[in-house]
Amino acid sequence: MSLAPPLVDRAADRAETEMMERVLDLKGRSLWIDARRRLMRNRAAVVSMVILGTIAFMAVFAPILSPYSFKQTDYDLISCAPGWWPDKTVMCNAGGAHWFGTDNLGRDLFVRVLYGARVSLAVGIIATLVSLIVGVVYGAVAGFIGGRLDELMMRFVDILYSLPYIFLVIILMVVFHRNFFLLFVAIGAVEWLTMARIVRGQTLSIKYKEYIEAARAAGVDTFDTIVRHIIPNVLGPVIVYVTLTVPAVILAESFISFLGLGIQDPLTSWGVLISDGSKQIETAPWLLIFPALFMAVTLFCFNFIGDGLRDALDPKDR
Amino acid sequence: MEPIFEIHDLDVRFTTPDGEIHAVKKANLDIAEGECLGVVGESGSGKSQLFLAAMGLLANNGRATGSVKYRGDEILGLPQSEINRVRGSRITMIFQDPLTSLTPHLTVGAQIIEALRVHQHLPYGEALRRSLEILDLVRIPEARNRMAQFPHELSGGMRQRVMIAMATACGPDLLIADEPTTALDVTVQAQILDIMRDLKKELKTAIVMISHDMGVIAGIADMVSVMRGGDIVEFGSVDEIFYRCKHEYTRILLDAIPRDDHAGPGAYLMPAFACDRPELLKVENLTVHFPVATAGFPFRKIKQLRAVDDISFELRQGETLGIVGESGCGKSTLARAILKLVPPTDGVVCWSGRNLSPLNEPEIRPLRKEFQIVFQDPLASLDPRMTIGQSIAEPLKSLRPDISRKEMTREVREAMARVGLDPVWINRYPHEISGGQNQRVGIARAMILKPKLLICDEAVSALDVSIQSQIVDLIRTLQREFGLSLIFISHDLSIVRQVAHRVMVLYLGRIVELADRDAIYRDARHPYTRALIDAIPIPDPRVERSKVRAALPIELPSPLDSRSPLSFLKSRMIDDPDAEQYRPQLIEVAPGHLVAEHDAY
Amino acid sequence: MLSYAIRRTLVALPTLLVIVTAAFFMMRIAPGGPFDSQRHLPPEIERNIEASYSLDKPLYEQYFIYIDRLAHGDLGPSFKTRDFTVTQLIADGLPVSLKLGLSAMVAAILIGIALGTVAALNQNHLIDHVTMSAAMVGITIPTFVTAPILTLVFGVYGVRLFGYDISLPVGGWNGGAVPNMVLPVLVLALPQIAVIARLLRGSLVEVLHSNYIRTARAKGLPSHIIVFRHAFRAALLPLVSYLGPAVAGLLTGSLIVENIFGIPGIGRYFVDGALNRDYTLVLGVVICYAAFVIFLNLAADILYAALDPRVRYEQ
Repeated sequence: MSLAPPLVDRAADRAETEMMERVLDLKGRSLWIDARRRLMRNRAAVVSMVILGTIAFMAVFAPILSPYSFKQTDYDLISCAPGWWPDKTVMCNAGGAHWFGTDNLGRDLFVRVLYGARVSLAVGIIATLVSLIVGVVYGAVAGFIGGRLDELMMRFVDILYSLPYIFLVIILMVVFHRNFFLLFVAIGAVEWLTMARIVRGQTLSIKYKEYIEAARAAGVDTFDTIVRHIIPNVLGPVIVYVTLTVPAVILAESFISFLGLGIQDPLTSWGVLISDGSKQIETAPWLLIFPALFMAVTLFCFNFIGDGLRDALDPKDR
Repeated sequence: MEPIFEIHDLDVRFTTPDGEIHAVKKANLDIAEGECLGVVGESGSGKSQLFLAAMGLLANNGRATGSVKYRGDEILGLPQSEINRVRGSRITMIFQDPLTSLTPHLTVGAQIIEALRVHQHLPYGEALRRSLEILDLVRIPEARNRMAQFPHELSGGMRQRVMIAMATACGPDLLIADEPTTALDVTVQAQILDIMRDLKKELKTAIVMISHDMGVIAGIADMVSVMRGGDIVEFGSVDEIFYRCKHEYTRILLDAIPRDDHAGPGAYLMPAFACDRPELLKVENLTVHFPVATAGFPFRKIKQLRAVDDISFELRQGETLGIVGESGCGKSTLARAILKLVPPTDGVVCWSGRNLSPLNEPEIRPLRKEFQIVFQDPLASLDPRMTIGQSIAEPLKSLRPDISRKEMTREVREAMARVGLDPVWINRYPHEISGGQNQRVGIARAMILKPKLLICDEAVSALDVSIQSQIVDLIRTLQREFGLSLIFISHDLSIVRQVAHRVMVLYLGRIVELADRDAIYRDARHPYTRALIDAIPIPDPRVERSKVRAALPIELPSPLDSRSPLSFLKSRMIDDPDAEQYRPQLIEVAPGHLVAEHDAY
Repeated sequence: MLSYAIRRTLVALPTLLVIVTAAFFMMRIAPGGPFDSQRHLPPEIERNIEASYSLDKPLYEQYFIYIDRLAHGDLGPSFKTRDFTVTQLIADGLPVSLKLGLSAMVAAILIGIALGTVAALNQNHLIDHVTMSAAMVGITIPTFVTAPILTLVFGVYGVRLFGYDISLPVGGWNGGAVPNMVLPVLVLALPQIAVIARLLRGSLVEVLHSNYIRTARAKGLPSHIIVFRHAFRAALLPLVSYLGPAVAGLLTGSLIVENIFGIPGIGRYFVDGALNRDYTLVLGVVICYAAFVIFLNLAADILYAALDPRVRYEQ
């Protein structure tokens, strides 16, 4: 995902180049280019991309941005509010150096929020990738082959879809003892269901389109048909759904952490920080506010980008 | 006579992300009481938007300015509650696609009664009685049963009758019909137009008939307004427009229509065909059945849908066979079965003496060089994510893998030039060019391997009339140049007449008549063929209004019903829908003229 | 219509069986048993205990014994709480959870539909953007964040609304008294309200642009008839499809809500049971939930067919 939108001058530049290219008939205006143009016009989406990029940047460069380590405890500064907190009674002497304050073990909250960002974003992206791969393969096979196999495969998805995923994940986590890596797989294994449904639906609607028939009449074999025709036309909704899956996964991880089955100490994620913070909401509300704020903003951004992509790729869906 | 409906300087614009669209440019129209105004134009002419704006039904991004008066009262720009007094009771509108235009979850009866109760405040019993009356007026049989059915359970023609019933229930002064018959079969269209003419006569309703089909307009209009690009380019009485038109665009429209009854300047008749050419394609007893799940308890019954039922014919090199029929007759399935895009259930297809039936896909693939197909919807048959150059090159890539990139590009450019496309567009995408140009791309793709047989499956049906004749010319030119054999499939008999040497008429998957072109058009023997020819609207008001039409059963029988093929041979029909029925055989009534058995009518 | 309903029911039963089997074997795969955390006992006593719980028999035999007992309505004894059978425990907790869940479901549907309708009818105006943004907030903030916030606002600090002092109890069930129920139900329903509102708004907007609504307008029908008689039924369809996942979402949320507010429902039995390897308890809860969800999906399918006559004739 690109970070900054083109500056105004560059946009005019490009428009002129494109017009020239079209006059000279060197380049057509593909649907992807159209979609990207529409996306860039969507202010909410563009702002979200900027914010998201900033958060990602901060997460990656966390060690540089703060002098503290995420597990460094300081028992003199337990539960201190940040320097600028209005209620001065909960402040400690050196509180000013901790921008977000400290937690109940004296650890700097700011750096923990950034490390939490690393974990949450990593879980979000990796689990989504897992669900993407499994879902796309499953859905494409079911949709393309069709018939009995499709019915069977979709029945299976229907069954799983109506079960609360949390049960499956909890059982998995208990069975395999809170394995960090498994967390990704477990959550991804739950989100693939909707991905499979979407891919299958798209494959079905494309399968009967005339240009697939035309390809057959032109002698294109099955494999080439899938690669050349089906996959590029299925990508659109898949991309939209991927951007909407990441926030769902981050939320799921936070649920599991809240129940105590997720990330273990001293590693942290937004889910852990929030669940710890929510238990101290009366005494140290900043412990809840900052991680919750970061997580909420991130989720918002993904949602706006997803909506923007949906509008850009299929402008009828307003 | 005072006009009941006056449109003055009506201007309609739409704001879209791609800029502003000026759909209607200061239109002026009057409609007198009981008069029928025909509004004719091609796509983009603004003919629908004009009346949608007048009725207050514009989309949210549209703006209308000007004046629209009904019986002297201004109705443009009125709030919804005000205009609802007039809309639906005094001025009504019916639309093109009756399936999507009727609420799917309400019964037909409920929707008609609703109109009556809202506008005339009738008690339920009274409204019910009146609904049945109207259903009789639009000639719907078994009205009581129909009232309890849902729209998707009725055929297209029935649904449109229901729409008309709903629109005339309150006895309106003006009925606006927006392309009401465009989506219907030609025989059904003739029936609907009959109903509308009768309504006009009996109820003295003024009608606005919006259509792109000059023949339809000729049959019903008193005054005609010709529109292009948002402007009304010509206006006059129906005689003036058809016999003494002044504007060049009207002239173009009239000329572009292939005339069925005589050779006008636009017509071209095929030269006689030499019968000594070698036989290229031989089809014997071709049958395609599809299993369909129908209602049943507790598990559904599987019935066979006979899409193509025992069809046999031959095609010689350089010959054109026209296949005509209405929806559900199996012509598209037949085309695909011949090319083995759909597996036949039974029967033999021989190509150049070689039996194709036992071959599997990898074995047939190299043969596909020799037969190709052009589809109906130009935009749908091209992958939107590929440039037109890539689409045209696709058969080359798969069937001539030895060819080099450079050679491929050269051949693609050549193919484009051959079909009248500027080769410089090779990198354009389908959505950037028009429908007619996209269809040329489809033809270029089909022709790039220089096949011996080209199947055109309704190749011009989705195009505007003026473009249709261009594409037909192109196909004829290609045939002459390459000695192509053609199978030209269409529901439009007048177009088929221009390209075919022989014509085959299909009904519910079976051949009802097969003969030389002249024999079909001058000496059709089967009642269905006669009805098809009679139903074609001729763009000549005098001829059209004095036509006497052969009567047809109101509804197309269900293809799942085994009695259906005997609709024209009722004397041999057994009444049980599941019993094995006699199949009408083809009889040679004259050399080369085959007709299915039928009862005398 | 009837045949459709029967066909769907016949599919539901094997589904339940599959789920039970899967859960059974998954629990067994987990390393460790229910008695690991206890003091080390002499082997003969251990064997006796295992025998009394049939743990010494081969796995597939245990499975059949379990299914047999299940068919007779016996969910087996709880391994951890020795004095109670699983059936008793569930009988205690289930009504509580049901009351909580159903109230939340009803609240979510009513409020969600109302909000979605208002937004759709005022498309692209301020109130549309406001409601949809609020809905987005509701979706992205997890229940365990809204719970403490709302508890603070309404419970601990109290709020003055319409001239009344509102101060709700912050925990405890109190036999399901209404003041105790307000906060948990609200917290539980919030994400679903948001999703339903967004779903309905999108669906209603789309339906309002369809051809048959244009016909209804051309017929001169007043707005309320167009919206409620013609548009609504079609717009509700995606919502009915969402009922299944909605219930799943509520069940998930209930685990947390019961935890935070100290509500004696079956949610906490599940978590505790999973952690303690209390096989029968976990299985019992899973069966309950699964049966509930399957039943609800069945009802949703039938409701869908009732709303859309076209579905009944298709495969």
